[in-house]
Amino acid sequence: MKTYTYTEKKDTRSGFGAGLAELGRTNPNVVALCADLIGSLKMNQFIDENPERFFQIGIAEANMMGIAAGLTIGGKIPFTGTFANFSTGRVYDQIRQSIAYSGKNVKICASHAGLTLGEDGATHQILEDIGLMKMLPGMVVINPCDYNQTKAATIAIADYDGPVYLRFGRPSVPIFTPADQKFEIGKAIKFTEGTDVTIVATGHLVWEALEASKALNEAGISAEVINIHTIKPLDDKAILESVAKTGCIVTAEEHNHLGGLGESVARVLAQHNPTPQEFVATNDTFGESGTPAQLMNKYGLNSDAIQKAVKKVLKRK
Amino acid sequence: MPNIKELTDLTTQVRRDILRMVHKVNSGHPGGSLGCAEFFVSLYQELMETKDGFDMDGIGEDLFFLSNGHISPVYYSVLARSGYFPVEELNTFRIINTRLQGHPTTHEGLPGIRIASGSLGQGMSVALGAAQAKKLNNDKHIVYSLHGDGELQEGQNWEAIMYASAKKVDNLISTIDLNKQQIDGATDDVLPMGSIKAKFEAFGWIVLDIEEGNNIETVLKGMKEAKSLTGKGKPVCVLLHTIMGNGIDFMMHTHAWHGKAPNDEQLAIGLAQNPETLGDY
Repeated sequence: MKTYTYTEKKDTRSGFGAGLAELGRTNPNVVALCADLIGSLKMNQFIDENPERFFQIGIAEANMMGIAAGLTIGGKIPFTGTFANFSTGRVYDQIRQSIAYSGKNVKICASHAGLTLGEDGATHQILEDIGLMKMLPGMVVINPCDYNQTKAATIAIADYDGPVYLRFGRPSVPIFTPADQKFEIGKAIKFTEGTDVTIVATGHLVWEALEASKALNEAGISAEVINIHTIKPLDDKAILESVAKTGCIVTAEEHNHLGGLGESVARVLAQHNPTPQEFVATNDTFGESGTPAQLMNKYGLNSDAIQKAVKKVLKRK
Repeated sequence: MPNIKELTDLTTQVRRDILRMVHKVNSGHPGGSLGCAEFFVSLYQELMETKDGFDMDGIGEDLFFLSNGHISPVYYSVLARSGYFPVEELNTFRIINTRLQGHPTTHEGLPGIRIASGSLGQGMSVALGAAQAKKLNNDKHIVYSLHGDGELQEGQNWEAIMYASAKKVDNLISTIDLNKQQIDGATDDVLPMGSIKAKFEAFGWIVLDIEEGNNIETVLKGMKEAKSLTGKGKPVCVLLHTIMGNGIDFMMHTHAWHGKAPNDEQLAIGLAQNPETLGDY
């Protein structure tokens, strides 16, 4: 079994900041907007190097989404930056009408997604954003898994013409994907080959899935770990090919089980190959204050929870 | 010099278009549309510098954004009669498979439309973005926007109004259709807003009034003055005093025709008050 290790941990939001800085040097049409969270979004380098292409909007996210839509009229490629909560639910109608329905080339870049925002608590820990955004016609939804993948995704979405929701987070997490990777929107990545169970994971849960597969392997269970970084459009083919072999699946995400990756996978399986599935996700609940590790443990979003879900789904085969 | 007779004739024809469009499908918003006929005719026939044809980016030309998208009938009529698409297409307003959706959209590819609007309060932000893109592109052209007065009750406007002056977006002319009516009644009854002029001024805008917003000559004069005030470090607001339902006597000075179509008899009366000029579509 292929195993993954890491030598360094970094936050995925810094991957976004690095990708944005690179775009600042390579794509003159890229502009950035922020609603008073420059430091949190790691946008400083882009701003230092391209002050004329940065728009500080102030604490006014609705206005930010509209301005971003307007900047596309004139050929700009706007990247908006704020927390995931304020990037989605707070401005849903602005995104729906001025960006999605209007087909505008806006990149909605959302940090501090999910429980791992930590101590600030449930007001800031959105667990519904993937669902909100994937329901918008034409919206691409991406949730990369580490620093390198987030950087690559940030750079890749500038070349895609259309609205994108890019979701990343605050905590330092292992870097286990290559620095020189090419990011392909909508293309799943198979991390390990396995025969007993498919584990499909996104975002911070990908590393946990790899840790789980290692432990499972020692227990004699062969898990195939697939990274779905793009929840929409979903790589149906990769999922169906894997379950044809394994016959069961666990989905893992830092999101509500309603509206998340797991539901998207369930739809594909129901239509093409009904397969036993277990969901590692939050169970229709708000979060709370705590350290990221405490929260992920309490709400069942880690390697242990994935292993339990695997053992459960194997019995249903 | 603009030919006032031609513009007046066109405005009369636009009023006929509006009535016939909403009558045919028994839906749509004639009141605000009629009140803004002179403004749209002035904008598209005299004020805006536009290129031939239509491209989304609109670099090298003036742009217009309609924020109160429900007055789509006047927008569609004036766009068609300004050459953006065939006037016959006005026949398809609000009919299945049309490019002339109930509220304007880019989704069906109708030339002239650069943003969807209908859910209120969003247009000024979009206009600000487009105006700032023009600055980045060293494009000296102007961005115009139109908003309902009732629409100012939406909070996003005030985010945009605050931003516009803070960022010195001085290539923007935002016009407020001050007809003092909204769906549920007079704005002063629904939610009194006090002095809109004082509010814009307090937010650092240049504000000018066009007291006779249904007189093509005063609209032209006022909008030209507004244009002369651009480029001076401040956004420009025009308070366009209009009469909802203007030009159809029984529709004037009331909110009753905000979103209601005339019946056959009412249509006949309205059309008789606005004799055909350029020819019906």
